Amino acid sequence: MRKGFTTAAVVGLLALTASACSSDKKADTATTTKAAEVTTTAGPATSSTTGETTIAPASDKGEGAVNIVAWAGYVENGTNDPKVDWTSAWEKESGCKVNVKIGNTSDEMVQLMTSGEYDVVSASGDATQRLMAGGEVVPLDLTKIPNYADIFDALKLKPWNSIDGKPYGAPQGRGANLLMYNTDLIKTAPDSWGVVFDAASPSKGKVTAYDAPIYIADAAVYLKTAKPELKITNPYELDDKQFAAAVDLLKVQKGIVGEYWSDYTKTQQAFEQGSIILGTTWQVIVNGAQGNKAPVAAVLPKEGATGWSDTWMISSKAKHPNCAYQFVNHIVSPAANAANSEYFGEAPANKKACDLTSDKEFCKTFHADDEAFFKNIYYWTTPVADCGDDRGKVCKPFADWEKAWTEIKG
Amino acid sequence: MTSAVGSERTTTGKRLSRFGQQHPNIKLGGLLTGPVLWLVLAYIGSLAALLIAAFWRVDGFTTKLVRNWNLGNFREMARTTVYRTITFRTIGVAFAVTVICMMIAVPMAFTMAKIMKPNRRRLAVVAVLMPLWSSYLVKSYAWRIIFIQGGVLEWAGLPSPGFGLTATVILLSYLWLPYMILPIYAGFERLPNSLLEASADLGGKTGRTFRSVILPMIKPSLIAGSIFTFSLTMGDYIAVGIVGGKSQFLGNTIYAKFGTANNLPLAAALSTIPVVAMVIYLMSVRRTGALENL
Repeated sequence: MRKGFTTAAVVGLLALTASACSSDKKADTATTTKAAEVTTTAGPATSSTTGETTIAPASDKGEGAVNIVAWAGYVENGTNDPKVDWTSAWEKESGCKVNVKIGNTSDEMVQLMTSGEYDVVSASGDATQRLMAGGEVVPLDLTKIPNYADIFDALKLKPWNSIDGKPYGAPQGRGANLLMYNTDLIKTAPDSWGVVFDAASPSKGKVTAYDAPIYIADAAVYLKTAKPELKITNPYELDDKQFAAAVDLLKVQKGIVGEYWSDYTKTQQAFEQGSIILGTTWQVIVNGAQGNKAPVAAVLPKEGATGWSDTWMISSKAKHPNCAYQFVNHIVSPAANAANSEYFGEAPANKKACDLTSDKEFCKTFHADDEAFFKNIYYWTTPVADCGDDRGKVCKPFADWEKAWTEIKG
Repeated sequence: MTSAVGSERTTTGKRLSRFGQQHPNIKLGGLLTGPVLWLVLAYIGSLAALLIAAFWRVDGFTTKLVRNWNLGNFREMARTTVYRTITFRTIGVAFAVTVICMMIAVPMAFTMAKIMKPNRRRLAVVAVLMPLWSSYLVKSYAWRIIFIQGGVLEWAGLPSPGFGLTATVILLSYLWLPYMILPIYAGFERLPNSLLEASADLGGKTGRTFRSVILPMIKPSLIAGSIFTFSLTMGDYIAVGIVGGKSQFLGNTIYAKFGTANNLPLAAALSTIPVVAMVIYLMSVRRTGALENL
């Protein structure tokens, strides 16, 4: 009897191991607002993966759902904050149920898009180029996105959202990665990225950095000013010497880093609890922490910063192309773009959005049409071997950045 | 009607069993097909697919799979010192977790099996299993709150190790402890009390009895438990991500190679390290008979 009981216990234990393993998998989606359920509505035949042909749906009728990969704070339906909602009304109107999967890094977004299970992505410049080159996204049929006409010309047909004058996406907005600090513990606002790269920092062990290879560019932005002899012109076009300097700087930084972050909820919590008091951040995290009464503020340091210019793109394997088009047209519409960019804290892409923000100075504060301001912001771009200048093909491609990042973390 | 169907079934069943008795080889084959298919397809098949992927490579820019055979991933693994560092760190932590779990589990299992009354014993087993009823993630985040600055530990006036390897070792030891206690408990149950009494009668003190009587008898159980704790730690990446601060484990690196770099082949090549480590471990313990104790 007793032996039988023990055997049963061990069998139960094994079953629990199996269930524990399956709950591990859920960790990936734990931070998403909604599980991205993939409905298998019979959609019209989509184009081949060459990426050269547009999706040609048989009719314009919605398919009942749209699966989206987005940055945190881009697709809000009121579940995080009842006042923050620019999706649920559209869902009712269009009949397309919105399923969102939050991407924590551009690399993760590219990986999710290659799975073919998502229709739409809000991709930053370092993801868009890989998606276009890989044929994962299609050129857009602009007749289906009337709101495209109102987008600032400065954001249209850029290398990161078009090929040969064909638009591959509808711009969402742009902004800078900021330097956040705890105002209780750091009394004077830092004005340089130098504070996060200082081996003798008084904030040692409480500094954070973004956990992605693209963060190497942040070190390069700082070195551009701090070490002019390296002659860095573009933080994404680094030759051997410049790259080595940036990597060395990040290895020094590792000594004062407490935690690297890619999950935005975890970094927000760390700032609120005070286990992290200084480091790179997004405006949406600042807003969230300040909303919870945490003593934090963020600045744009004098060296400038890395930043992003995001684009809504449609998958070449989209199972819900009509809903995807309708969603993209909706999300870049003046009202949605205004609400969205004001919540996320970035410059909106739609000119008419500036009249609809609740803060009338918003577009001015975020320099929506101030090209001089954005000269100091280096949009995320995929590094390639071709430096793009007379140095030729001696720059470090992304694969090297990725390897270096593993080595930096050690 | 129903009885007719029933009797027909019985006759078919009878015919089948008679056929089986006359052709023992076919009977054996039929019985084994299911389990063998499961083992070959689900387990060995997935491992083989992983191994094959390790010999491919990805296009550096589009990160698309390029299916031409090469040893580049293994060469890179051998050349890059950081993978060696991470491997040793992971094995070191797995070893520490195993030792800590053993040190806690042996006295606990002994108390449960030899000192507690039989009816309490069952309650104790349930209590040991209880933590497994809540999700692994919930437990990990709970420990994040314990270790965090200004968290439960500091509030209780104790020094917190902060996020890092120490916190990871503590969390993993807590998570895997039941997997160590149960096999050892089962081992103690099989150990007759008369042996302990005989040892005492012959003048064996506690230490001597433990070394000469208990330890040899429960060794297979210890090894069985250590297989659980060691392999679970080798494969973990979530607990490390939650309380590990900036430390990387093999699991994190494999996840990053797949999720961040989109480099499935290199991730697959790296995954062979824990597989090889476990195979070496299992082969070396096979002769101790511990595997029959699982």
